Amino acid sequence: MRSLLAIGLALLAGGAQAALTDVTLDNGMRVIVQEDHRAPVMVSQVWYRAGALDEFNGTTGVAHVLEHMMFKGTQNVPPGEFSKRIAAAGGRENAFTSRDHTAYFQQMQKDRLELSMQLEADRMANLVISDELFAKEIQVVMEERRLRTDDQPQSVVYERLMATAYQTHPYRRPVIGWMDDLENMTAQDARDWYARWYAPNNATLVVAGDVKADEVVALAKKYFGALPARALPQRKPQDEPVQLGEKRIVVKVPAQLPYLLMAWHAPTLRDWEQDTAPYALQILAGVLSGNDSARLQKSLVKTRQIAVNASAGYDTVARGPGLFMIDATPAPGQSLAVLEKVIHEEVRRIQREGISAAELARVKAQVIAADVYQRDSLFYQAMQLGEYVTAGLPPEALARRVDKLRAVTADEVQAAAQQWLKDDRLSVAELDPQPLNEQARRATVPGVRHVN
Amino acid sequence: MSIKAFWSALLLVLPLGVQAALPIQHWQTREGAQVYFVESRELPMLDISVDFPAGSARDPSGKSGLAQLTHGLLDQGAGGLTDTAIAHRLADVGAVLAGNFDRDRAGVSLRTLSSAAEKTVALDILARVLQRPDFPQAVIGREKQRLIAAIREAEADPSSVAGKAFYRALYGTHPYAQDEAGEPAAIERLTRGDVQTFYRAHYSAPNAVISLMGDITRAEAEAIAARLAAGLSRSTVVPALPKPVPAAASDKRIAHPSTQSHVLVGAVGVARNDPDFFPLFVGNYVLGGGGFDSRLLKEVRDKRGYAYSAYSYFLPLGEAGPFELGLQTKHEQTDDALKVAQATLRQFIAEGPSEAELTQAKANLTGGFPLRIDSNKKILDYLSTIGFYKLPLDYLDTWVDKVNAVDVAAVKQAFARRIDPDRLVTVVVGGAGAR
Repeated sequence: MRSLLAIGLALLAGGAQAALTDVTLDNGMRVIVQEDHRAPVMVSQVWYRAGALDEFNGTTGVAHVLEHMMFKGTQNVPPGEFSKRIAAAGGRENAFTSRDHTAYFQQMQKDRLELSMQLEADRMANLVISDELFAKEIQVVMEERRLRTDDQPQSVVYERLMATAYQTHPYRRPVIGWMDDLENMTAQDARDWYARWYAPNNATLVVAGDVKADEVVALAKKYFGALPARALPQRKPQDEPVQLGEKRIVVKVPAQLPYLLMAWHAPTLRDWEQDTAPYALQILAGVLSGNDSARLQKSLVKTRQIAVNASAGYDTVARGPGLFMIDATPAPGQSLAVLEKVIHEEVRRIQREGISAAELARVKAQVIAADVYQRDSLFYQAMQLGEYVTAGLPPEALARRVDKLRAVTADEVQAAAQQWLKDDRLSVAELDPQPLNEQARRATVPGVRHVN
Repeated sequence: MSIKAFWSALLLVLPLGVQAALPIQHWQTREGAQVYFVESRELPMLDISVDFPAGSARDPSGKSGLAQLTHGLLDQGAGGLTDTAIAHRLADVGAVLAGNFDRDRAGVSLRTLSSAAEKTVALDILARVLQRPDFPQAVIGREKQRLIAAIREAEADPSSVAGKAFYRALYGTHPYAQDEAGEPAAIERLTRGDVQTFYRAHYSAPNAVISLMGDITRAEAEAIAARLAAGLSRSTVVPALPKPVPAAASDKRIAHPSTQSHVLVGAVGVARNDPDFFPLFVGNYVLGGGGFDSRLLKEVRDKRGYAYSAYSYFLPLGEAGPFELGLQTKHEQTDDALKVAQATLRQFIAEGPSEAELTQAKANLTGGFPLRIDSNKKILDYLSTIGFYKLPLDYLDTWVDKVNAVDVAAVKQAFARRIDPDRLVTVVVGGAGAR
């Protein structure tokens, strides 16, 4: 959750939409091309509308496990060859899985796009998941879970809070999967997932860079257009029932500092032209923690000095229901109870008195500037397009988001704070640090060094 | 499958390069600040970085944490403006002020729109922060507590604990041994006078490297650089750090309640200007820098499923930086994974890469070269690295040729010269720590 602020600001950055091409192939695969001729390079991303959101209990984490298996060979390309060929062409490649999607990308010189398409189209249809390679890779994924979640106190808090704030919606499950589900996962689970979701009509190709849109579309037709569409399972909304009162958990893990994470249920963008609350909540996050002396930093960290860090975050774009979050780490000697009380005071002050014209103008200035800065990164431009489209929003929603954010009024921000940051919709997690040196105390070997 | 550690390690190590020459302009201000500039009119924005030899290796004896505290205080009150006024003025024009800090270097970077109104405000703040930090007493107390809290928090992170122990074991009494953030007890004792003295000695014009990238003319770049340098102290260039001596073999086990053991193995490596750098850099792609092309990831992850991340890199610093090999694995298989990593390293040092492996490494590095300079941000980073480490101005132009010139024999000889497999430093954090 350290990155709450970064996420908030990143999402504030709008999309500069010069020369966007958006077509759908006959088999239902969407192709989006963003021309940008600043450097002789391109990024190519294939987005599948299949993430942790689409998983079932018992096989949580399978979307991410399949992502790993996508590098393990097809009927035509032996295990390890995909990465080797991309690397030989000077490419960088990787993949990422989230709650909403799984995406694969290559960054290369502009003239090597065809190789990337050829390989991606092949693994969209011809993946081979062997029991032997699966057995190794699932161990790797469990190590990844240990590394990124189990041994990171604040990640554990985040994971447990998600499982609390959401009672029924699949967002309650971690993207990496519960360890017990990973331990019991089979190669067949991964094969089933692949068969269910990996089809051209569930995918979007996003290419950004020094390319010509018509040539990209022609290549896409050649490689992806040949793959047949398949019937996709019906997706159920699984709406989260309204929360009926505050929820609170305590997480006890080895750590040095306490930590507080608060989450209120909040809407995400559905009708990008008519909705107002998501834009207002985005501005609200900026007012609370969009700069080094925004409200939370100024009040908690600088003036009262009861926290060493504090930030707010909110994701506008998602397939499922959203959360507005605030997190903070107390200063030495300060309790989480005091910290939480002051955060509530700050929220209530906005609910009661609204925000100043200067604050509103400041956040908008940041939005406008960030919209220019983000054009310095091809990857980020493609990433935003993929996220919007996968969430069911048109590229136009991205192109117009700066306008929509600039149109937000102070009254709308206050109204959004009143409507959504209600105590009965809040879930709170407290990290209660446990000693780091329990094991060291048990060690009997003399001269053993240990931390703490 | 993302291998964040691999990429971040690789990016740290990577020097810049260029096929079609990047037109770098270089001059010196009247006060002796070094200036590097690339003009780029495509986006209406300007990036500036100002760097000083004021990293943690410059901490005076007994005052660890002073360099980082000083750096962190620059924008927390300057030129009569409070921390809040600085943050608000920057945000009001959409400008972003950021800091970078490591063992060698302390820097401040500014990203702003290039339109006159915004740029004027942003440059005014940058000048105040660099030239007239106020170091308010109350803010010093607050920031000390925040630094100490961050150090405490990192004690729960086995990766951070391992990293600190690794540098201590590797560098002994050399300044690189010390952690960048310092020690809590020493930080507690730091005074405003310490901060002011450190600031004046290190953040001077003769020590400054000013890098500019973006939507301005040469004349304007000269004016900005002149203005920034003119308000800095004239303290003379700081002396070079002492030369690190090779570390003796050691094996440190540290208890930690983590579910994984974090394993680091390494040696004192090379400096930025070392003639062995390219053979080591290219060779390391095969050993542990090239992701799924690398032997370490194949042996540790692909074949055995021991770890998510397994890597090696040379981090070239002003003086010899570390060679580091790392992996994380559950406790029960720590020794097995460590043995595989050691055997992989030992075999690589003994035999070097195969012709095919080296060809693949060079194909990736040279073919991927354009990706290294495809944004203003990346180019700015390269300017500041070239300037800070006094790399030749044609460094980018010759980078691809230097990679291509590396052959199997050169890699083998360079590794044999630099890495003695019988004198490695090993650190394992996790489990009971017994050994």
